[in-house]
Amino acid sequence: MNALRPDLAIIAANVAPGSRVLDIGCGDGALMAALRDDSGVDARGMELDPHGVAQCVARGLSVMQGDADTDLADYPDAAFDYAVLSQTLQTTKRPDLVMDELMRVGRKAFVSFPNFAHWKVRASLLWNGRMPVTRLLPIAWYETPNIHHVTVRDFRELVADKGYRVEGQWFLSGDKLANPALAAWRAEHAVFLLSR
Amino acid sequence: MNGNALNLVNQTLVLPGALPLDGGQSLPRVEVAYETIGTLNADKSNVILLFHALTMDQHVVSTHPRTGKPGWWSKSVGPGKVIDTDRYYVICANVLGGCMGSTGPASLADDGKPWGMRFPVITIRDMVRAQVALLDAMGIAQLHAVIGGSMGGMQALSFAANWPQRTRAVLVIASTARHSAQNIAFHEVGRQAIMADPKWQDGDYPAGKGPDDGLAVARMAAHITYLSEAGLTEKFGRRLQDRVEKTFGFDADFQVESYLRHQGLSFTDRFDANSYLYITRAMDYFDLAEEHGGKLAEAFAGAKARFCLISFDTDWLYPTTESRIIAHALNAAGAPVSFVELSAPFGHDSFLLDVPAQDRVIAGFLNQ
Repeated sequence: MNALRPDLAIIAANVAPGSRVLDIGCGDGALMAALRDDSGVDARGMELDPHGVAQCVARGLSVMQGDADTDLADYPDAAFDYAVLSQTLQTTKRPDLVMDELMRVGRKAFVSFPNFAHWKVRASLLWNGRMPVTRLLPIAWYETPNIHHVTVRDFRELVADKGYRVEGQWFLSGDKLANPALAAWRAEHAVFLLSR
Repeated sequence: MNGNALNLVNQTLVLPGALPLDGGQSLPRVEVAYETIGTLNADKSNVILLFHALTMDQHVVSTHPRTGKPGWWSKSVGPGKVIDTDRYYVICANVLGGCMGSTGPASLADDGKPWGMRFPVITIRDMVRAQVALLDAMGIAQLHAVIGGSMGGMQALSFAANWPQRTRAVLVIASTARHSAQNIAFHEVGRQAIMADPKWQDGDYPAGKGPDDGLAVARMAAHITYLSEAGLTEKFGRRLQDRVEKTFGFDADFQVESYLRHQGLSFTDRFDANSYLYITRAMDYFDLAEEHGGKLAEAFAGAKARFCLISFDTDWLYPTTESRIIAHALNAAGAPVSFVELSAPFGHDSFLLDVPAQDRVIAGFLNQ
């Protein structure tokens, strides 16, 4: 569990043991494996990259190759206790619609994303007039998979517009938790737990 | 036939009782020819049953007795290979209706003459039933896994749906839960080519004097469906065969024509035309949902096994959508299922060829 990415470690620590989880954009399955092994969770995954799917299969995980933008429609309502979307929202074509699907298939949802309003990002735009290339957003604007950058404030607004409840929120600066009051500037990373 | 490191055995079993068939009849004294590779462990828990595709047979790794070529999956099955026979005991049986030693239309009926078209129409489930009877005779209660590509995948699905307690894992490659109108249409072209050949004689042709021309055409038509357009273009393009100009005739001017003719002709050396009719019919009749009240998820209601489905992006015979339908049904039934579409240029035949990504998925799935 120590090897988990910090945002995944937060999610893993806050999933109820024995629950059913759908991890969308599950990558190599690190979170699912931790949930299964440490919390007895029935974890299922969705991943676009066949190599990631192969890694998950080799870990004994159940993963469907699929696209968050289109393939969540195949799951019935409230099929999972939690839907997890980690570091994926900003890569989808329609984050708002993906959020709807997330909240439909899961009773609750964890969403984590890099905060585009972190002070380093702001500084890059303000002082250099350039799209930022940072530790969490390491790829130049023309080839980044992150096509819908989002800030903590933007996300809160979307959640409020849709009428979802925020049940938990965590902010990361580096690998450490940041003060929620200063999150808009200081958080590199945000993790939200939402319910309907 | 015996290999050393492979521990390869080919033999034939006569099933102890008559085999009941979906069509209502039953077949007495059914023979099942099969190959085993590897060593059965003491508690018989390391068995993998491999189901072969339409025109293949039990010769998975052994040299084919008629063609002299290596077994159809010798690339992937063997000591230290993806399906590691140092660990697993692999069984592959020639299907019921086949022509490589298992009972089929060329076998002799009670009157001492070949069954011919008197052979009952069989189904995919009948093929599987014969292989379950083989497992019973071998005293194997539960398999480590069943694996099948194409028609082999249909058998794997049928096995999982009808004998759910008898395997811990199910791997289905480039397959489908039902034959589409297009699938049936291509098969019908092949069957009509066979039956239009005067040598077919309503199926009563003497051994070795069958409707080779018709069977060759059937194979040519089917072979096109196993390849992708891009694959054909890359392999042959519009290149001419051993000539610099078109002949303004109907010789095989183009390389692709020559290739298909060769595929058709060489197929007749190793396959029986009536077997081709019966096996393609069984595939056309296959509709797993129909067998289970019209709902595919119902077919897997009792499933306890882990499932893994693989499709290929250039396979237009059993395209990815078919595998997705199966995966969704398994999800709806609550079964643990993984699905992946792999990118490979070779069309439907990709599952038999060198696709490293497939090797990773298969090995990862089996070796848990």
